[in-house]
Amino acid sequence: MYLRFDRIVPYIPFILQGIPIIIAMSLGTAIVGCIIGFIAALAKRRGGIVGACFSGYIDFFRGTPAYVQLSFFHFALPQLIHTNWPGWVSCVIVFSLNSGAYLAEVMRAGIDGIDKGQIEAAKALGVQNKDITKDIIIPQALRNVLPAMFNEFIALTKETSIVSVVGIMDLMRRSSIVQGSLYLFFEPLTIVLIAYYILNKILSFIGSYLERKLKYD
Amino acid sequence: MIKVEHLYKDYSKEIKVLKDVNFTFEDGKTYAIIGSSGGGKSTFIRCLNMLEVPTSGTIALDDVVVNDAKTDLTKVREKMGMVFQNFNLFEHMNAKKNVAYALMKVKKMSESDAYAKAVQMLEKVGLGHRVDSYPHQLSGGEKQRVAIARALAMELEVLLCDEPTSALDPEMTTEVLKVLKSLSHTGLTMIVVTHEMAFAREVADYILYMDAGQIAECSSPDEFFTNAKTERARQFVANML
Repeated sequence: MYLRFDRIVPYIPFILQGIPIIIAMSLGTAIVGCIIGFIAALAKRRGGIVGACFSGYIDFFRGTPAYVQLSFFHFALPQLIHTNWPGWVSCVIVFSLNSGAYLAEVMRAGIDGIDKGQIEAAKALGVQNKDITKDIIIPQALRNVLPAMFNEFIALTKETSIVSVVGIMDLMRRSSIVQGSLYLFFEPLTIVLIAYYILNKILSFIGSYLERKLKYD
Repeated sequence: MIKVEHLYKDYSKEIKVLKDVNFTFEDGKTYAIIGSSGGGKSTFIRCLNMLEVPTSGTIALDDVVVNDAKTDLTKVREKMGMVFQNFNLFEHMNAKKNVAYALMKVKKMSESDAYAKAVQMLEKVGLGHRVDSYPHQLSGGEKQRVAIARALAMELEVLLCDEPTSALDPEMTTEVLKVLKSLSHTGLTMIVVTHEMAFAREVADYILYMDAGQIAECSSPDEFFTNAKTERARQFVANML
C-alpha cells in the first residue's frame, strides 16, 4: 500500500476551489429547472399541442444521459448552427433542461395527488382559479413533492461532476490535474468523494428541515 | 328563487344523466332530493352552482342566469354555498382558517374580521373548542360541521348539500343533521340530497323524488311518504321504510 496524503496537502485548496463552481452550477440550474419543471408540469396536465410538445421534451431529456446531452449540445450542435458558447453556458442550459424534465414529472404527480374535492370546495365558495392554484394546490403539492424534489437536487449536484467534459474546472477536473501531476489517484479522489458527500448531506438536511417546517399533521 | 328550465346534462352520447329537468325552488324553503342511486340527484345539485356544466337549459338564481358565459360565477357562488359528502376541507388549514379563507379572498374581509367571524360561525355549529384543530384531527361529524360553518360564513341565500351524511356513522349523522335542522326555516333556502328519510320527512317542506334523470314528483313529506303520486315513488318508499 502506498498512500501519500502529505504530498497532496498543498493541492487541497486547488481542488476545493471547485466547490463554489459546483454550488453555483447546481443552485442556478435547480432554480431554472424548477421554473421550467413547473411550467412543463402545468402544460402537460393541460394537454393540447403545447402539452404534447412539453411531453416530448420531458420524454427526450429523461430518455438520454446528461453526459451525452451536454457533449451533443456543446460539440455537435455547432456543426449545424454557428454557436460558440463558453462551456458554462452549455452546462447551465443542458442541466436546467435536464432537471426541468425530471422536476416536471415530480410536480405533475404532486398536483395530481391533491384531492379534487378541495378544489371543488374552493370553487363552490367563489374562490378565483389563480387563488386556488396559489393557496390550495401549490402549498399542498409542494409538501407532497418535497422529498422527491430534494432527491432530484441531490442527483443534479452529483450529475454536475461531468461538466469537466466541456472544460469547466470543477472538483473532478481539478482532481484529474492533480492525479496527472503527482501520479496519485487515491488521495485526490478521496477528497472529491468526501466533498460531494458533505455537500449532499447538507442538501438533504435542508430538505428534511423544510419537510418538517411544512408539516401540518 | 332558483328557476331551472329544460335542464339537460349528458356525459357522453350514451350517458345522459339529466333529461329535461324543470323546477322552481322558492326562497326560504327546505327541499330534500331523494331517489335511487344513478337517478341524477348529485348531478342536478352540482349543476345548480356550475360544478357540472349543463349541456343545455337554463338555471337562474333570482334574475341571473347562472349558466350564462357572461355571468360572473363568483357572484353566484357567493350566495350559493355547498356542503359535500366528503367534507372537502382544506387539509393544510386549521378549522378557523378553513372558514376564514374565503371570507378574505372572496368577501375581501380583513384578516382579523375574517377570523373573528370564523370563530363565531364555528361556535354556532358547536365547535368553539376546535377552532385550531386541523382536519385530520377532527372526526367526520366535526369535519362536516366545519364545512357547514365554512359555507354559512359567506352569508348565503342558498345552501346546497350533496349527501352530507353519507360518509358518517349514525352518531355523527345525528349531530350533523341537528345542525342542518337548526338552519332550516331561518330564511335560508336549503336543497339537500339525502338518503336520510327521517330527516327528509321531519325537516323538508318538499320532497323531490328523482328518477331516471327527471324530477318524477314533488310533494309534501306527508303526502310523499303516505300517498306518493307515482308508482316508482311508492315502490321506493316501500323499500325504504
